[in-house]
Formats: sequence, structure tokens, C-alpha cells
Amino acid sequence: MSLDAITLSVIQAALQQTCDEMDLTFSRAAFSPVIAEANDRSDGIYSAEDGSLIAQGSEGLPVFVGVMQYSTRTIIEMICDGRCLPPEPGDIYIVNDPYLGGTHLMDVRFAMPVWRDGKVFCWLSNTGHWPDTGGAVPGGFSASATAVEQEGLRLPPVKLFKKGVLDPEIHAIISSNIRVAEQRIGDIRAQAAALRVGEERLSAILDRYGDETVIEAIAELRHRAADQMRAHISRIPDGMYRSKAFIDSDGVVNKPLTIALVVEKHGDTLTFDFSQSSKPCAGPMNSVLATTLSSVYLAMRHIFPDVPISAGAFEPLIVKTPEGTFLDAHYPRPVSGCAAEVSQRIAEAVFAAMVQAIPDLVTAAPAGTSGNFALGGHDPERKRDFVMYQISGGGYGGNASQDGLTNGCSTIGISKSPPVEIMEQAFPVLYRRYAMHEGSGGAGAHRGGFGLSYEVELLRGEARASFVMDHGRFGPQGALGGADGAPNKVTVFRNGEAHVPGHLSKEQDIPLKAGDRVCVDTPGGGGYGNPRDRDPEAVRRDIEMGYYTEEQARALFG
Amino acid sequence: MAKNIPAPGETSKEAVVAGIDVGGTFTDLLLIDGRSGQVRLAKTPTTVENQAHGVVAALNQTGFDISEIDLIVHGTTTTTNAVLERRLAKTGLITTRGFRDVLELGRRTRPQAYGMTGTFTPIIPRNLRLEVTERVEASGRVRDPLNEEELRGAIRQLLDAGCEALVIHFLHSYANPAHERRAAEIAAELWPNDYITTGHALLSEAREYERGVTAAVNASVQPILERYVERLRRELSARGYGRDFLIMNGNGGMISASFVSREAAKTVMSGPASGVIAAAYTAKRAGFPNIVTYDMGGTSTDVALIRNAQPAVSNEIEIEYAMPIHVPMVAVHTVGAGGGSIARVDASGLIQIGPESAGATPGPICYGRGGKEPTITDANLVLGRLSARKLLAVDSPVGVEDVTTIFAERIGKAANLDGVSAAGAVLRLANVKMAGAVRMVSVARGHDPRDFALFAFGGAGPLHASALARELGLPKVIVPARPGITNALGCVVADLRQDFVNTVNQPVAILDEARMRAILAAQRAEGEALIAKEAVKPKRIEVTHSADMQFVGQTHILNVPLPSGEVDRAALQALFERAYFARFKVELPEIRANLVSLNTSVTGMRPQVDLSRLIDPAGRAATLDGALVERRPVWFDGEWQDTPVYDRQKLPLDVAITGPAILEQLDATTVLEPGDHATCDSDGNIIIEIGGRS
Repeated sequence: MSLDAITLSVIQAALQQTCDEMDLTFSRAAFSPVIAEANDRSDGIYSAEDGSLIAQGSEGLPVFVGVMQYSTRTIIEMICDGRCLPPEPGDIYIVNDPYLGGTHLMDVRFAMPVWRDGKVFCWLSNTGHWPDTGGAVPGGFSASATAVEQEGLRLPPVKLFKKGVLDPEIHAIISSNIRVAEQRIGDIRAQAAALRVGEERLSAILDRYGDETVIEAIAELRHRAADQMRAHISRIPDGMYRSKAFIDSDGVVNKPLTIALVVEKHGDTLTFDFSQSSKPCAGPMNSVLATTLSSVYLAMRHIFPDVPISAGAFEPLIVKTPEGTFLDAHYPRPVSGCAAEVSQRIAEAVFAAMVQAIPDLVTAAPAGTSGNFALGGHDPERKRDFVMYQISGGGYGGNASQDGLTNGCSTIGISKSPPVEIMEQAFPVLYRRYAMHEGSGGAGAHRGGFGLSYEVELLRGEARASFVMDHGRFGPQGALGGADGAPNKVTVFRNGEAHVPGHLSKEQDIPLKAGDRVCVDTPGGGGYGNPRDRDPEAVRRDIEMGYYTEEQARALFG
Repeated sequence: MAKNIPAPGETSKEAVVAGIDVGGTFTDLLLIDGRSGQVRLAKTPTTVENQAHGVVAALNQTGFDISEIDLIVHGTTTTTNAVLERRLAKTGLITTRGFRDVLELGRRTRPQAYGMTGTFTPIIPRNLRLEVTERVEASGRVRDPLNEEELRGAIRQLLDAGCEALVIHFLHSYANPAHERRAAEIAAELWPNDYITTGHALLSEAREYERGVTAAVNASVQPILERYVERLRRELSARGYGRDFLIMNGNGGMISASFVSREAAKTVMSGPASGVIAAAYTAKRAGFPNIVTYDMGGTSTDVALIRNAQPAVSNEIEIEYAMPIHVPMVAVHTVGAGGGSIARVDASGLIQIGPESAGATPGPICYGRGGKEPTITDANLVLGRLSARKLLAVDSPVGVEDVTTIFAERIGKAANLDGVSAAGAVLRLANVKMAGAVRMVSVARGHDPRDFALFAFGGAGPLHASALARELGLPKVIVPARPGITNALGCVVADLRQDFVNTVNQPVAILDEARMRAILAAQRAEGEALIAKEAVKPKRIEVTHSADMQFVGQTHILNVPLPSGEVDRAALQALFERAYFARFKVELPEIRANLVSLNTSVTGMRPQVDLSRLIDPAGRAATLDGALVERRPVWFDGEWQDTPVYDRQKLPLDVAITGPAILEQLDATTVLEPGDHATCDSDGNIIIEIGGRS
């Protein structure tokens, strides 16, 4: 190796910086609140040969870790075999096909080659969650879809920008097939602007250090990220670690789906075998392969956050393709639940296996659901239709040194929840309660964090409520003797009568009228370690704060 | 653009002004005697338990008779420390039924993108957060009237629990504050003191978590700040200073100590603000209206962007994870790297800097306080940039050879480098990483670096400034006369300032122009009235207006300066589109603009302060040679270069130096990289023109 350690570190920092600046531009210029506020987006640099990940923004949405390398690879392959037109300078491709290395349809990817001396040097790509891409329900999360066509507009890789200019025909096709189309031009411009910022920064790096040096550095950095991950893995005791995690139902057929995982640690690799998991399902809780892989990677990065995100870091993580299971779904299986829910359950399975091997580094299971509640209806006072989303957090799992965090965000996200006051300004609803889900933290030497408990009333007009949540049947699992966190609970009060969804955490289009109410209690985190080992002073404080009643505390902690 | 109104009769006769900044480690004082032109400096250790002792010690150190001082301006970290260390007054919260947990639930996040752990301690614990029946809707309509009996019961319960301060925080109080006002009236009857904060009073804006935390912070630091101010007042008055003194606020303006504690939350970020104010003032005098400030300390670095000599003000500062304080404050960004940041080699064999820091204790190895981990400061020492002679001043000196050996062992071994090269690698990487972090919060936000100069201060800023400016593409560096006391200077030069924000939230196309103008006029009138109440009379009043804007459908905002209070719809639209294009290179003619809020700053300008004697002109040598301290080998570009070291205070004013060179002064060391060209201006600032390439 001819590159010195300093140049290598400096180039690593510069590549990372490029991705972070792309993230910043994308978020600040975006219109979609899911991108702008919830940071449901990611930007990265990918190799020209096979799309493998070179660097990715440090504040990108975790579930996009590694996903874009599969979509970029697909574009490269499709260009090679003629299914895609070859790129020219200034071209940007758009793609959201889940089966071509994606997540769900709402995650729209842009990919742009970076040119040096008339050749493609590498690719820049970003993903942003659009608020709508058409389909049966606004927002795309249909709990009862049975085919991808019901979920929205599916785009194969096509050139949205040709020689730097937005193609009006492709844009018109997209605009005619999605809701709130007039604002998407803002997101399209923002997404392209982020790629151009990346191109400018990357070109400056190449000019400064020389193309050859950067190529050499990229190869060496990949190598070293792999070494770093291997070094971590080597310290894990050899053996087989088994876990299971359950999804309440697929939204269509009311029975649980099982993720069965066997992790084999051997030498400096980890092999993840999901082959005993449930078959592909009828409803939208299927996962495509890219999302399944990404879920394993993001779980491992939660455990080893210091390893840089690059293809090298994933090399020692061998995921056997879970053929024939719902974690490797193919067309036309519906997939809207893969990024928000199935991914988190895969991560839970990884945590539950790894906590047995490295108990100091892994937590008990976190709430692990995005808690998607959508309310669509008509506001007679403002004379307009509305669609409201409430995404919620829950408790995190206890760990070796601390109790779990209360009301943390989803495992795969990093987003903030909207303030109640902003929701009430925008929609004809009134929150009667926005509080801690008391007693929900799983008991343990370090208990789980607490979930959220809210109650919303429809103030006027009529509306339909839909839920895509999980952990309604089984609470987030405790670890090493800790108890499970409390499960998710949905209750809808219509004319004062309580209705609980048959699938507990999923149901679509429940009709509501003014005065009807929706109550949601989100899961608490799993407990860690034997509850009887909890410091009595901590138990006393939990009671004083009203986190548990005295009776609960006596029953749980002894 | 500013509109200048001369105040009736310029009465200011502040002849002797003392600025005192209490930092984490040291209390710094700068006293300027306007009559004699005399400048006095003092530095004493900060007295953590009662900062007033350190302040008085600093005043004593000047030898100046305290009773002879006309005005004392004070920057304090009393409230900052109280919040960060949660040493708060016992405070109770009364809120809308169903919402007492808002302060504990936060906005549903986690501290780090990766890693499922972390902790969060709410400002007010759950057992001191009580609910009463009342509800206002988003429109401001009352749904449930305030239950006054429940309220009285809740107040008594909090008093019985021993609470000293009270927060009343109701939903949608920004839209209709009637319930909060009525509750405050009732509370005033029962509560034994004035420590009652209502949610809408500090910032009348939607977002119940942010407004609630801001109010809770205010209430829980109020008694602490007031006690401190009283202690200091007593100490000063015992020494013959009977006048009012001023306290620095986070917006970079000063406010009378007599009413600072009413809005105590505004002082929480005052430390970094005063540095930025001094930087803007100094750079403007030097002819640099556009600067990036770079204040590098031991554990962190503060960065701010200043355009047209105006520091940006933001309402959205977080003092730590999930702890937003939404009052107008100078937009200072903190980067987690400082002189104490630790260098190490990670499992992949790459050198990493931080995020761990040696802090002040044990500190860098060379401080001789038991530090064993190599830091950025240690690298500067090994490379000859910091003087080894200064080490003799520490408690138990560590030799340069020992430090070099540690670099060889901890860093060099894995990277195949000797100790010196390893230190060189650490410094290079630290500069690249810092430059990246500085870029993200300054020039990466749509600015051309070539329009900016880097203004370097703090103990370590001037040490890295030239290398950093190279990385960032900034053509010039300014090192002020006294880099180590910039915050104290900020106190001396700061103006009286009031900031106002009114939410509008309407598309520009349907704005009522008369209402817009009325809002700006009312903000201005309120500001002028508040400033008129101050004991210190400003020389003139300056008013600036701006608008926070976005495209309809967006959530992020862009601040657009307004040329005057007489704006119309067409001008707003045009100003916004121009600003948006400058920031993102994006034009969106399809989409309408939205006016989020109108803002006004009213500044009571104090008389100009002469900075030309910050370095005593009498001490300056006639020639460059007269300022030469020594020549020593310093590591630049991978080799030792014989480098002149000058005493900064002795440099002749018409000096011209070409790097490499080192300029030493008591509180800072400035490095000129090879090819740099440095001159001095009449205020004693060093202006470095970045030369050569990196």
C-alpha cells in the first residue's frame, strides 16, 4: 500500500463531509415534511463498477443504510444489458421499484453519475420519502393491500433529468399519478440540488488529491472498514445464537408472522440465517431483500456505531438469502410495511440474538413500531379534505448500565414527532391526552422506557381512521431475565362504544364522526436483567414519579 | 439594512467601562478608561460556587478603584451551569389536563442516530408537574374554562412540596393567553415570591414542548440568577460601586441587572454570544463585514457566521440533547472539538480525533495534571507551534520528549510513523475535521467562502486559523489584539438590544400589507420603549427588520433581511426568491411564498470604543528584529523549518511578515504557515493573507 495513514484519514473525512453536505441541502430545501422534519432521507456515494457503498451521510435515515447500493447496482446492470438508456453528463435517474433494490414505493431514489474525463467515476444517489406516490390510500400505507399495484405508482429506473434538464414528459406522468402533486416539484428540485452539491464537493476532492489517489483510498478504506467490523466480531464468543420475533399479522390474514433467526459466529464473521421464517404473506408486511439486508446492517451499526458506513463494513456480515420467506418477497407481493415495521422486527431479532452473546453492548427490545395512525376526512369548516398522520415513539429496552429511554423514535428512524399544537392547527382534531403510558416499561434490573398514551377526538365532519402498527399481540421482548414491555393498544370509541381492531394493531378505514375518539398506547421497552436485582431506591423513585403503581411495582420487582 | 435614528441629546459619559466575562476556568476582565485611553486587563480563576468572588478579585487585580468605574458589564455562566448540571431551583409546573408529561416525552428522538441507549432528565420531575381542567383550542376558542378551585389546590400542593418557582403552561396560550394570565393572577396571590413564569410570556409561539421547556428553564434559573445578581451587587456596593450594572443576554445585547432575572432564560447562552459580538465589532472596524468566527477552546469550538457586521439571531438553539431554549439568541454553533480532543488509532488502523476530550482535568499531557492521552494541544507542542518554555509554568512539567514518545507509542506504532510525524498527522487531520464541521454551519449554507474572513480567537483559535482558512478556502484571517479576552471585550462593546418575533404564517399573496407594517411598527415601538427604561442611555437607536419565509408547504425557514418596515407583497416575494436561489441554486416559480414571521431588532447603540490601545503602543518595537524572541524549529509540511518567533505585543504597527512565523502573546499563539503574509492594522489586529496552497 502506497497511501499514508494521514492521506487516507483526510480523504475519508472529505468523502463523509460530501455526503453530510448533501443530506443538509436535501433536508433544508425539501417540501415533504417527512424529509424536511423527520429526516426520512439519505445521501451517498457508490462505486461505478457495482454500485457498492463508498460513503453515506452520518445523519441519514438508518433503514437506508446499504439499500441504495442495491438500487444503484441494478441501474448499472440495466444500463449494461440495455434495459436502461446509458447516461450522459447531467442525467439523473429516478427509481422507486421495491423489487429493484428498494424499500417501499414512497422511498423515491435519484441516481446521478459523476463524470471524470468522459467516464463515469462513481455514482451519487439519494432517497427521500415522498408523502404520496398514488395507490389505494393517501400516503401509501394500505393495511389491506394484496398487490403492489394497490400501493402506488411504480417507477423503473428512467431519466428524470436529461443533460441537466427536467424531462417534462416523465414529470407529467408522475404528477398525474400522485396526490398533492404540485409540491413534489419542490422535492424533485431539492433532491437534484443535493446531488449537484455532492458533485461539486466530490470534484473538488478529486482535483485536490488526484483521481488515482482517491480510487486507491476508497479501496483501502473499504478494506479497513471490513477489518474494523471483523475486529469487533472476533471478540464475540463463537457459537450459535437463536432468536424469534413476531409480527402481529399481515393486515389481511389475522395470524402472526414469525422471524426465526439463527446467528452463527465463527472466527471473524457473523452469518444470519432467516430461512425458518414465515412464508410470504398476503398483506403488506412483506420485505424485499434489500430492506432485509439493510435491517441487519442497521441493527449491527446500533451495536457497533463506530464502524463507518461502507460496503466494507458489511462484508463480514453474511446474510443468507431467505428464499421462500416473507423476508425475500417478489413481485407482486405488497410491501408497504417493510421499511417502517418489518425492518424493526428484523432488528429486534438481531438484538435478541446478539444480547445473549454480548450482553454489555446490546439492549433489550425497543418499542420497534412506527405507530402509523392515519386519519383522512373532510373538514366542513374549512371546506377541504385532509389526511393526518400521527407517527409515535415508544420505550427503549433497558441495557447493562441504564434504564431504557422513554418515548424514543423508531429503531430505523431518527425523526421528531409533530407537536400537538401544530396537529390541532392543521386538522379538525383535539388531543384529550398526550401522556406517558404508565406501567409500560418492562421490568428488569434496568427497566424498559415508557411508551406514549394519547387520545384524539374528531371535532367536526367525518373521517376514516387507519392503523399500521405492531407489537399489539406481543410486547417488545425483555432480555436476560427481564420482562417484556407492555404491548401496543388501539381503541376506537364510536358513539361512546369501544372498538378494538381485530388485528389489534392494524385496520383500515374505520369510519368516525364528530365526537368519536381514538386512543393509542404505544409499547414500553423490554426489561434487562432480573427485576429482583433492581436497586430498591430506583423502584421507590419509579413509584414516587407515578411510573408504576405500588401494586404494579410489588408484583413486578418484588 | 439599518435605519439610524439619533437619540435626543447624546448624554453618554461612560468614561470608564469594565467588561467582565466569567468562563468555565477563568474570569476575564477588560477595563477601558475613555478619559486617559488606558487599558487594564485581569485574569483570575473562576470561583464556581459564587462567581461574584472571582469578579471582585478580577476587579481588584486591575488596581483601579472600583468606585471610579462608571459602568460594569457582565457576562455570566451562572444559568448555563445551572441547566447543564441540573442545579436548579425546585420548580413546579401547572398545565392543561392530560399534558403533564409533555416535558418528559419530548419530541420522540434519541441522542445519537446509531446506538439505542441514552438518558434524558426532564427539567421538572413528574411529581412536581400537576394538571388542572382548562382547554383552549388551536383557534384560541375556550373549550373548557379554567377551573380556579383546582388551580388553587395545585398551587398549594406545589408550595407544600417546597417549590420556589412556578411555571404555568397551557396548550395554545400563544393563541389565547387569557387562562395563563388569569392563573398567574391567582398564583400571585398565593405564591410568596415573583418567580412565576407563564408559557406565552417569553416567546409566543406554537410548539408545546419547546415553549414549555423554555418557560421551565426560565423559572428554574430565575431564583439562582437573582441571588447571584444580588450577591454581586452587595459585593460591588461594599467597594463603592453603587450604580446599576448590565448583564449580557444570549441575543448579544445587554440588559440591566435589575430586571435581567425576569427573563433569566435569555442569559443561558450569553457566553458564546459576547465573543461573537466582539468579533463583529472588531472586524467591522477593521473593514471586514463578512466573517466566520472561530473560537477554539479546550473542549469545544464555537462558530458563527456574520454577514454585513450583523451576527445572525436564531430562536431555535438547543443547549444540549432535547433541551431547546426558544428565545432569540446569537446563532452560535458548537463543534465538539477543542485543544483537549483526544487522538487515537481505531481498530481499522486509522487515526481518529475525539469525540472524547481530556477536558480541563486531567487535560492534555503537557498540562502536567496527569493526562496520559495525546491531544491536539500536545500535538502543537511536539511540533514546536506551542512554546515548550511555557510548560515550566505548570504544576509538574512534562518534557516535550515524553510527549513525543507518547505520540510514537499511541499513534505512530499503528500508523508506522515516528512521534513527530504522528503528531503532524494528528494536527493535519484535526484541521480537516474541524474545517468540515465549520463548513457545515457556515459557508456550506449557500455562501461563497471567498467573501469571508476567518476571525480567530479563544486560547487555541489563532493556532489553527491559517491552516483552517486554507481548508475552507477563506482568503484571510483576522487575529484580534487580545484573542484570549474576546468575550470580555464583547461586554465592553455590546449594545442594548431587544428582539421581537411575531408569527404570521400566511401566503405572501394574501398578506394584509397594512397589518404587516403595523406589526413591524409595534415591535419597533416596544423595543424603543424598553430601551428607554434602561439606566444606561444609548447614543442612538438602530432598528433592523427581517422576515422568516418559506415556500408554501415547506417546514424549514429562510431568514430574509428587510430594507425597511415599509414592505409590500411584491418586494417580499422578490427578496425571498433571491435569497432562496442564493442558498440552494433552486428556482420554483410554480410555488407561492409563505411569510412565517416578522422580526425586529431594536438596538441602543453605545458610544464607539477605541480599541487601538488594547496593545500598549509604547511597548511596540521600532523594527521587526526588536520583537524577535527566538528562532526555533517548527514542523511545517512534513519537515522542521527554522522559524522566527516574535513577541506579538512588540511588533511594530507597520509590520509585514511572511510565514513561517510564530507570534506569541500571553493568552494566545498565532501560527503563520509558510507563504502566509501578515500585516497589522491600527487596532492591533493581525491580518493574515493566506498564501501558497495547502
